[in-house]
Amino acid sequence: MTGPAPQTQPNWDWRAAGNFIGGGAGSGLLILGGIGALYAPIPLVLVTGLALGLVAIGLTLVWLEIGRPWRFMHVFFNPQTSWMTREALVAVPLFVMGGLAAWFNDPWLCLGAGGVGFGFLYCQSRILTAAKGIPAWRDLSVVPLIMITGVTEGAGLLLAVILQAPGNGRWFLILFLFLLVVRLAAWLGYRWRLEAVGAPAETLKCLTDISRWFVPLGFALPVIGASTLLVIEPHALWTALGSGVLAVAGGWLLKYRLVTEAAYTQGFAVPLSPVRGQGSAGPGARPGWK
Amino acid sequence: MTRYAMIADLRRCVGCQTCTAACKQGNGTQPGVQWRRVLDMETGTYPNVRRVFVPVGCMHCDDPPCMSVCPSTATQKRPDGIVTIDYDLCIGCAYCAVACPYQARYKVDKATFAYGDTPMSSEDKYHDPGRIGVSTKCTFCVERIDNGVDRGETPGVDPEATPLCVNSCIAGALHFGDVDDPDSNVSQLLADNRHFRMHEELGTGPGFYYLWDHA
Repeated sequence: MTGPAPQTQPNWDWRAAGNFIGGGAGSGLLILGGIGALYAPIPLVLVTGLALGLVAIGLTLVWLEIGRPWRFMHVFFNPQTSWMTREALVAVPLFVMGGLAAWFNDPWLCLGAGGVGFGFLYCQSRILTAAKGIPAWRDLSVVPLIMITGVTEGAGLLLAVILQAPGNGRWFLILFLFLLVVRLAAWLGYRWRLEAVGAPAETLKCLTDISRWFVPLGFALPVIGASTLLVIEPHALWTALGSGVLAVAGGWLLKYRLVTEAAYTQGFAVPLSPVRGQGSAGPGARPGWK
Repeated sequence: MTRYAMIADLRRCVGCQTCTAACKQGNGTQPGVQWRRVLDMETGTYPNVRRVFVPVGCMHCDDPPCMSVCPSTATQKRPDGIVTIDYDLCIGCAYCAVACPYQARYKVDKATFAYGDTPMSSEDKYHDPGRIGVSTKCTFCVERIDNGVDRGETPGVDPEATPLCVNSCIAGALHFGDVDDPDSNVSQLLADNRHFRMHEELGTGPGFYYLWDHA
């Protein structure tokens, strides 16, 4: 049995992280694909197929994690309060609209699917904030972090898949750079919030460790690559591929570690120790908290 | 109205874990699953240190986060405050387990026994395959309470209508009863003693009180 100090939550493993990874990147790709397709012709079948495939892989991983997989329809029973139910409900129109966009090769349908994907991303972020037992998840600053991470991954994926900005448009590269900066700001804001409101010491240590590679790999290198494309050589295929892949990988690794490693439980605490005999109350304890 | 709650008198608890054993035996929980457990906490700094034994488990909260996140509606709260799980509805997503700030929920994916794959007769008697792959937790021994009430008994006063952990406590540290009844045993204890609830700042409204001094 575990002691009173926070421990890594033992219930959601890489499969749960896979849902945030696949769902986030897939939704983001639908959003950016829809926007991109309005300005320049892009292979919508490939883009929407990849996006829906990622979301489907994420949901399948969750299905593989649940203890009673053949009761999966029960997930729809509580739209009143459960963000997991809402995520499942939003997934239905996401697949319908995404499928129609691919079928008709229609950018407006893809943009519509992207809008639904935005809702899907929001549900995913709220799934985390509703988990009151995990200090690293329950703070509201997780919402912008998860959402901007998903959208940024979508931009990175689009760049990596079509190996250039849609129509070689500078606007897309500027948007990509903007998203990378906002994602970094959301990450720093999230870390600042957790330091301010308090979290288990091991959580804060893990976040520091994540920052050590996320900032150079998930931010600096893609920014350099995208800037190169923007200023020097817009047709550099390997640069486009590298920037896109690194932007995606940065987000995926961040979410993987946030779900599986930084997720320490609340632990236990007593505000004071009891009076015994003729003595007085003693100090309290909150093991494992900074 | 009735609002069942539990009280642990921290001045009395000696950390013997008899409540843990009674719960495990009576509810037939698997190895590694402890619906009622007792934490051994150290407070203060050397040389002024103390030990506190803190019974924990499901707090049967007023606003249970496990219930609002549950996608299948398997987790419900009864009008008397007891938080229940319908094992036939639960999909075993463990969302409730990460939502609970008290680490009260357990999910096991396969049957295990104390000595390998073969259950002892006592384990076999209580083994419930319906609890595999779903979320489980302390029920406040809800069947004992309901059956006792049907017989006209008072939970927390009559042993047959009282949770097993409370009955088994050797130090009289655990108490159970209706906090909405001003004359109940638990209401009297809360009136006569200073108390706190764990992680009250999270707004869950735990139905588990800890006594630490006379009023």
